[in-house]
Amino acid sequence: MNRGAFVWTPWAVIGGFLVAAAASFAYLGVDFIGLLSGESARQMAAFAAGFYPPDTTPEFLARATRGAAETLAISAVGTLLAALMGTVLALPAAGRWGVALKPLARFALNVLRAIPELVWAVFMVLAAGLGPFAGSLALALHTSGVLGRLFAETLENSPREPMQALRDAGSGATAAFLYGTLPVVLPQYVSYALYRWEYNIRMAAVLGFVGAGGLGQMLYVSLSVFKTHEASTLILAMIAIVAVVDVLSAWLRRFLGRSGA
Amino acid sequence: MNVAIDDLQLVLPGDHRALAGVTLAVARGERVVVIGPSGAGKTSLLRVLGAALRPTSGSLAVDGADPWSLPRGALRRLRSSIGTVHQAPPLPPRQRLVTAVLAGRLGEWGLWKGLGSLAYPADIAGARGALARLDLAERLFDRCDRLSGGQLQRVAVARVLYQRPELILADEPVSSLDPQLADHTVGELHREAQARGITLVASLHAVDLALRWFPRIVGLREGAVVFDAPPVRVSDQMLRELYAAESPVIPTQGNQPLELPERKPRAAAQPLCR
Amino acid sequence: MSATPAAALPAPRDPALWPRLGLAIALAVALWPALEIAEFDPATLFDPKNVETMGRFLGTFFPMALGADFLALVGQSALETVALATAGIALAIAIGFPLAMAVSESLSVARVGPARRAWLGPVLRGPVRVLLILMRSIPEIVWALLFVRAVGLGPAAGVLAIAINYAGMLGKVYFEIFEAGDTRPARAILEAGGGRVNAFLYGILPVAVPELVSYSVYRWECAIRASVVMGFVGAGGLGQQMELSMRMLAGGEVSTMLVAFLLLVLLADTVSAALRRLLV
Repeated sequence: MNRGAFVWTPWAVIGGFLVAAAASFAYLGVDFIGLLSGESARQMAAFAAGFYPPDTTPEFLARATRGAAETLAISAVGTLLAALMGTVLALPAAGRWGVALKPLARFALNVLRAIPELVWAVFMVLAAGLGPFAGSLALALHTSGVLGRLFAETLENSPREPMQALRDAGSGATAAFLYGTLPVVLPQYVSYALYRWEYNIRMAAVLGFVGAGGLGQMLYVSLSVFKTHEASTLILAMIAIVAVVDVLSAWLRRFLGRSGA
Repeated sequence: MNVAIDDLQLVLPGDHRALAGVTLAVARGERVVVIGPSGAGKTSLLRVLGAALRPTSGSLAVDGADPWSLPRGALRRLRSSIGTVHQAPPLPPRQRLVTAVLAGRLGEWGLWKGLGSLAYPADIAGARGALARLDLAERLFDRCDRLSGGQLQRVAVARVLYQRPELILADEPVSSLDPQLADHTVGELHREAQARGITLVASLHAVDLALRWFPRIVGLREGAVVFDAPPVRVSDQMLRELYAAESPVIPTQGNQPLELPERKPRAAAQPLCR
Repeated sequence: MSATPAAALPAPRDPALWPRLGLAIALAVALWPALEIAEFDPATLFDPKNVETMGRFLGTFFPMALGADFLALVGQSALETVALATAGIALAIAIGFPLAMAVSESLSVARVGPARRAWLGPVLRGPVRVLLILMRSIPEIVWALLFVRAVGLGPAAGVLAIAINYAGMLGKVYFEIFEAGDTRPARAILEAGGGRVNAFLYGILPVAVPELVSYSVYRWECAIRASVVMGFVGAGGLGQQMELSMRMLAGGEVSTMLVAFLLLVLLADTVSAALRRLLV
């Protein structure tokens, strides 16, 4: 163990943080002690108790399954769209379409990325109406910013020689890209997209809170009318569908990793 | 296709003078080999000849015209009739050999046929034929990353053969091959050039191969031509001087001592009647 | 080294044909119903009603609302978001830290030698692990909604949501940091008869602290972003205000708050990166 000079930095941060935390509690002015004791605590306990048992009636299970399928579809369609948009946007962002477009493309990707999925969802509900389509669009927009940037980095780090050799042999730029660069970057693209799908299924589940369909929308409704048994089932369904996608994504990554073009 | 350069200078980024006033003319159907130590400028010379690298000064004429002043379409057409074998095969690791070889005709096929060929190879027989000449036909559907460096070099040669260019530029095409395979591969390039009457300019590190297969040897050192002669005129002394800075031994493919062909002076003409 | 025999045979078929076709069909079979269920219909984007609503909304984005009163409100909301995130993280650490200690096997007296209540360790560890998994598997915004229903609208719900959800995440990572370090000093103290707390304070903590703090700072940065998003379901801060403005289709206010949000996130990112650089 290093008994050298005392490293004060972490302790300074902790100290600063304690001060900030105290200030935060003071600023919020919420009576947490009161909240978590007495009558308030009893009410919360009653509320929590309402979650057991989960609603397992056949009709509701059918609806929950439908909701889960909708959430799954939102995440899949959204991620797929994002991968396509990201692939296209990555080209100018990596400078392949000229010096002028590069900062513009990077800026567009940053804007897409910076706005959280939920905010996009509110916009998309306005643009496309309530329901899962808005959810897919919201995911697609935000994720294309994320994937576009990752794709652009991969593109910039990929070797230029295969594509250049083909152009030197008279090939057009697009064909040379498809034969020379795409085979090199595509496995990485797919890997990124599949990883992102695992995150997106969690997001898709909650986008429904603002009306973008799926389990989220059902959960919002159930909680609004305090149907806690239904809410419990829906939350369990969310956890289950996340696990399903995690497994699917890992399997796909392994399967696609073995084959080639 | 003939190609001629006159007093060509090439300065690379970093102020490195790769070519210092090279004058060279290669006629249609000629087979020329460029030899010299590492860093002599062989790769740069070939790239300039193939209109892949723009010269800093001096003139370059391919079939009488300066490629760099051609309109884009004409330049592309010109490039599709020039086939280059690169020193390091520019092949994507996960691409299959059939696709890699067929890519040689992308200049001729255009985008749509090229796209279609990605889904299902457009000319499997042709690709296999090209690979068969390099003894790799059975690996047709294997991925490039399953091949050794030497095998990949042969795939690159197969691609150029499939391309059917008017000018072949081969930049150290056999550096990773053992002497027997190297000999066969250079021989394949030679046969292609002879059979189709096309021009071949190669650079080789192995002098024995150069002397054996090419009727014209150009010695390059530090960006300048040191000699330009048929094999019989290339003496041991000239070769040693060429490679002096690099090593006391003249490089060969199998690292065996160089055996120059016999240089007996031509026998005095026999009287016709004897 | 022959050339002609191979060329004379008919060309073989591409062995990748059937697998590729199969994959394409499988994708189509999976994608078609997905598009149906997701109600994928680009035409609705061009439906005149939607276009009009969206157009009007976007139109109000500029000019941005920059009145003094409104800017003061935005400032307060942003401050509330920061306070929310900080308080939430503080609680999360207070909950997650002991949970991580409980799960940590490096403090297991039973592993060192015979101990009283040796059975307590494994019995405790299992359920605590499950609890941590549950806490972090349920998305933070679901926690936010639950707490909004339980304790009402406002930042309290947000603080509690972050506290529970992030306690799960911090607990897991703290545990991993404890385990990853050299556990011999702690074991030595335990073997010498020192109590578990001492073993922790002098054996594990000193080396682990920089990494613990670094990860916690990173989580704080995430909490800031999460707090804004949770506000959309009523958990206070900038998010709640943004949701109100969006419902009223007050584009100017929304654009101001979006900019405020982006600046806030940028600030948090900068502070977090600087602190973490100091700690490395």
